[in-house]
Amino acid sequence: MSEKKFSKKHEWVSVEGDIATVGITKHATELLGDIVFVEVPEAGKSVDKDAQTAVVESTKAASDVYSPISGEIVESNKSIVDDPVSVNTDPEGASWFFKLKVKDKSELDSLMSQGEYEKFVAENPS
Amino acid sequence: MEIQKTALYNLHKNLGAKFVPFAGYEMPIQYKDGIVKEHISTRSYAGFFDVSHMGQFFLEGDGTLIDGLEKIIPADLKILKLNHSKYSFLLNDNGGIIDDLIITKTKEGFCIILNAACKENDVKEISKFLKKDHKSFINSDLSLIALQGPKAVEILEKLIQGVSNLKFMTGNNFNLDGENLYITRSGYTGEDGFEISIPNNKVEMLIKFFIENKVNPVGLGARDTLRLEAGLCLYGHDLNESTNPIEANLKWAIAKRRREEGGFNGWKKIKELIVGGSDKKRVGILPEGRIIARENTKIFSDQGEEIGQITSGTFGPSVNASVAMGYINTKFSEIGTKIQLEVRGKKYGGKVSELPFFKKNYVK
Repeated sequence: MSEKKFSKKHEWVSVEGDIATVGITKHATELLGDIVFVEVPEAGKSVDKDAQTAVVESTKAASDVYSPISGEIVESNKSIVDDPVSVNTDPEGASWFFKLKVKDKSELDSLMSQGEYEKFVAENPS
Repeated sequence: MEIQKTALYNLHKNLGAKFVPFAGYEMPIQYKDGIVKEHISTRSYAGFFDVSHMGQFFLEGDGTLIDGLEKIIPADLKILKLNHSKYSFLLNDNGGIIDDLIITKTKEGFCIILNAACKENDVKEISKFLKKDHKSFINSDLSLIALQGPKAVEILEKLIQGVSNLKFMTGNNFNLDGENLYITRSGYTGEDGFEISIPNNKVEMLIKFFIENKVNPVGLGARDTLRLEAGLCLYGHDLNESTNPIEANLKWAIAKRRREEGGFNGWKKIKELIVGGSDKKRVGILPEGRIIARENTKIFSDQGEEIGQITSGTFGPSVNASVAMGYINTKFSEIGTKIQLEVRGKKYGGKVSELPFFKKNYVK
């Protein structure tokens, strides 16, 4: 897999071939607290960059998850729907949200590297 | 208005609290373990809650004090025994709920615990019915700490002998390190436990004792999930000035003598509703699956007619399910009635449920 790229809305994306895997960052889960509900998109759905694509709810509130990149959904992670707490334990690994077929790889250029994202979080703690 | 802090603010900070502004106070919403762990540890062991933002309103006076208070509070204060407490409300002229409260008979008169967001207005409303020689004051030199959970009694008894003799909804004076504490066996979690009224200069000592005994701090987040599982109302959400005790399914909290004799704000309206029934009613709602129906979620009948609104909804860690309560057209209020909930533009199934969701463990 390629290096992870990060959005300002705390999603990560990692691309292999023309398939991108998207999830939410560890920092996002720390802001949200205990995750109790997840809704993921159906395969076949087309999404635009920055469009609301999934939902995550913690004991505190509901939050939208945006796709950091345009494409067509090829798979969603049903295991996080059945076990939402797993998003807290492994947000940047096994608890990815959805995979999509990338429409335009150049969209990745607008996203942040790991180092840039860490700096962004340090400057914008909440 | 400047944001206020309780006497325990620095201690909360050291315990890793995340703060939120609540009713003009900087209050912990959670600590480092998070809401679910705080909730579970309260139900399995014990948790402590700083509820010092709530108003501890003391009233002193002769027999005419009862006459005044009974005009705005529908409890039977004449038969309330010394050191016994009742859940009740302040009512407006339409029978709407100005605040919900716990009133305790003290030697000098009464102590009323008021919601933080309402306390200033409550004092104004109550004062309308007081006479010049009645003394009344909110005591801000006192903190209020709740200790809740199955181990609460064993732990507190170690520090303050005799608390285990208290029955649910009764209280008494106790001594800690030369200071007087007023402790009631009560709380708002569905668990056995205590509310401890303690001078601000002794409260850290109490909390340190709890921490030594492995009692976790619990923030407002878990306080909300605990009370909702226990089917208890949160003022400003499940109750407000436009809801009355009959709609709120709290008729039990209006004393029998008061229902018959009246003589309190809104009695005419309440009597009408007791006889004729109310159009809507507060019920428990169990959404299907894991979908969370939060406050303001619209409720529809199975046929698609809009029939009500959710007033509180969350995930209940102990029942391991989504839980909610709300007001629903009385025709659809029977337990088990299938309903639909509109969340983010989509309809999800659910049903009307018994309250509480979590069986209460009070010691009577």
